Amino acid sequence: MTSILVAEKLSRNFGGIQAIDDLSFALIEGEIVALIGPNGAGKTTLVNLLTGVIRPSSGRIRFEGEDVTAQRPFEAARRGLARTFQIVQPFPRMTVLENVAAGALFGGAQPSVAAAMDIARELLEFMELAPFADRPASALTLAGRKRLELAKSMAMRPKVMMLDEVNAGLNSSEINGALRLIRQIAERGVTILIIEHLMKVVMSLAERVLVLHHGRLIAEGSAANMVRDKKVIEAYLGEKFARRFTVEAASG
Amino acid sequence: MQRWQQYAFFAVWLVLLASTPLWASNYIVRLAITIAMFTALTLSWNFIGGFAGYPSFSTAAFFGLGCYVGALSQRAGVPMVLAWAIATLFVGAFAAALGAIILRLRGHYFAIGSIGVVEVVRLLVSSWGSVTGGGDGLNLPLLSGGPNAVARIFLLAMILIMLAAFLTTVWVDRSRLGFGLRCIQQNEDAANMVGVNTTRYKIIAYTLSALFCGTVGASYASWTGYIDPTESFSILMSIKIPVMCLLGGPGTVLGAVIGTAAFTLLEEVFWVNFLDYNRAILGAVIVILIFFLPGGLLAISYRDIAGRVAKLSVWRKAPA
Amino acid sequence: MGQLQTLVNGIVLGGLYSCLAVGFSLVWGVLNVVNMLHGSLIVLGGYITYFAWHSYGIHPLLALPAVALLMYLLGYVMQLSMINRVVSQPVLTTMTLTFGLDLILYNFMTVYYSATPRRITLDLGALDLGGIAIPVDRLLGMLLALGLTGMLYLVMRRSRIGRAIVAVRMDSAAAALMGIKVDRIYAITFGIGALMAGATGVIFAMVYPVTTNLTGTYLGKAFVVCVIGGLGSVPGALVGGVVLGIIESFAGQAFGPQHALTVGFLLMLVLLVVRPTGLVGIKGYE
Repeated sequence: MTSILVAEKLSRNFGGIQAIDDLSFALIEGEIVALIGPNGAGKTTLVNLLTGVIRPSSGRIRFEGEDVTAQRPFEAARRGLARTFQIVQPFPRMTVLENVAAGALFGGAQPSVAAAMDIARELLEFMELAPFADRPASALTLAGRKRLELAKSMAMRPKVMMLDEVNAGLNSSEINGALRLIRQIAERGVTILIIEHLMKVVMSLAERVLVLHHGRLIAEGSAANMVRDKKVIEAYLGEKFARRFTVEAASG
Repeated sequence: MQRWQQYAFFAVWLVLLASTPLWASNYIVRLAITIAMFTALTLSWNFIGGFAGYPSFSTAAFFGLGCYVGALSQRAGVPMVLAWAIATLFVGAFAAALGAIILRLRGHYFAIGSIGVVEVVRLLVSSWGSVTGGGDGLNLPLLSGGPNAVARIFLLAMILIMLAAFLTTVWVDRSRLGFGLRCIQQNEDAANMVGVNTTRYKIIAYTLSALFCGTVGASYASWTGYIDPTESFSILMSIKIPVMCLLGGPGTVLGAVIGTAAFTLLEEVFWVNFLDYNRAILGAVIVILIFFLPGGLLAISYRDIAGRVAKLSVWRKAPA
Repeated sequence: MGQLQTLVNGIVLGGLYSCLAVGFSLVWGVLNVVNMLHGSLIVLGGYITYFAWHSYGIHPLLALPAVALLMYLLGYVMQLSMINRVVSQPVLTTMTLTFGLDLILYNFMTVYYSATPRRITLDLGALDLGGIAIPVDRLLGMLLALGLTGMLYLVMRRSRIGRAIVAVRMDSAAAALMGIKVDRIYAITFGIGALMAGATGVIFAMVYPVTTNLTGTYLGKAFVVCVIGGLGSVPGALVGGVVLGIIESFAGQAFGPQHALTVGFLLMLVLLVVRPTGLVGIKGYE
């Protein structure tokens, strides 16, 4: 069980605000980890740090043993660190196929545009987006665009995928579809870090949970343990949910 | 349009321009040279402004530098074509170095920076009188042979440069560079996240946008035999080129060619007839273009128009 | 010339430059449109003033309010009818459109007025303050310029329209949700921009020759002031204007007056790369 992504004492401040404070954790290869916490806790900032969008004020990041603290976003992508955006970021005037091919061509280091398109077609089948292959990305519904984000990230042949609130704005059946896809992606060997607010997703998907509050890691452990953690309940979950979950868990 | 149709169109146009000495007046030959020249410049701009979507107004700087480096080389005894090559390389290197700095800016700031470059280069060239002749300009050795024979030589030169620019465009369009530039144009942040080395690609595009301008500048200087800072670094050129590209359709293979042709022909017609108002007419063309042809001439659905016309005639045939 | 004299010259010049740039800065900051017409509007204001003086004997100070109103209306109509269509479009489109409009205005002015420089000679002499000489017309110009800029600042801070403009500048979507008619604010802002340009033209007509050859120079200076001082704010234009004035004054002394503009541009380029926000304003990444 090797650590594929390690954060060592990461800190980042913006002017007077300490967005991330002395954060350390490790992602084990192949696991699904959820990152939860109230709004403003620093979850997206953490992902930005891990993918090179911003640089930490102090601390190190290691990916597969290599020090990648100073990497730029495109280098992270090529190494196999993919992420999706909370507000989807497609290439609006390109077709769905071209969007996914972009991921394959650059992050996925395919040797030619044609090869990238082939990989893209396969992935569109997997993501159930094949009927839309030749439509512009801007024509998709929100659920479709979220799946496109996933497909684009998969095309990069990632080793680690960071999903930033991929379920925001989706209805229940769309969420179930997304969950299914995420599990299938994990089965392909991708390590997943998922930022989520929906506890049902966290519970059903995550083997381990990291809880962030004011930029600090306040709890870390299995989903079941985390729900009972006093600090987490205080900061984020609320008493009602914790009680309800414990009752439901007890009744099986 | 299919790929082969685009290439065929260009080939026909090129032959048409190249053959003008055989069937047309000297005035038309000169017009052909101008068209070839501006097409090369517009195709160049298309790399940074069309494919990458960065509104550059630096064309005049590259052209002007090409003029001067070419002229100075020739005056130092370098043979003409070699002087053009030197100018090309110099301008390319200049653009690469400049691009590394200026391409960090986006939107309006990049646009202004690119204009500022033209102004600064022009002012520097004007001031460095001992080398560049300052405001008095520079003379170059003229080719022997009458103006018509000389014109044919430069027609050939400009057409070859235009061809080179076009072939480069075709190559970029089909390559991963072109794909990446399109990604940058549509969503630069997403392009970064997907693994595009946006800095490198932008610099390449900016350098490509400069290379052929250098060659055109140097050969233009050789043709006219005299250059000065005001003409060589004219902001008006920096504006006309993007407009020509917008007119045809930016980011496409043929857009620059069609746009330049349409614009130059329009300009000739109006310039000849309304000399005093030629700027106003250019302005009016720009305004009309922006309001009514947002995607350029290539984006108009000709099938759409043909369909509408067909419907009209159907109406007319309806029984009384 | 003593350093102090150069400094004072620079400050006086700076006041004029602030007025020159403030309208341009506002339009850019609020509408996100670079108004390539700005230089020509200044010269237009100058021409109207000159001919009012030359043909009817109207003193520029009297002409000022009339010209200001006229230019405001011109700007308002221009924005509503044309610029509004492209306000949300990419940079290339808006800059090219305003440049096209500028070409038309420039051409008509050149044909109608010809490019021969016109001078209004007021013969006001110069003040001597402890060894520092200040030409009265320039001083008057600077005071007027600062006065107008100050008035604009008060309007932006205190009036409802001013607050609405600031709101639209910060976030036009949010402003629309608050019930602000964004289109109307755009038109008003552009009108103000034209007004300030015209007023600057009136003031400049008292100090400098009026000629279409200067439209590009004025536009260039407006750019530089915006980059130095930051976009969309009156204080920014003030800071930027004064800094540019002082720099030009010293650069002119050190390198000769014809290089003063080059130094300004070089400074602008350096600032764009190093600190696009300017000394006062918003981030320069769009």
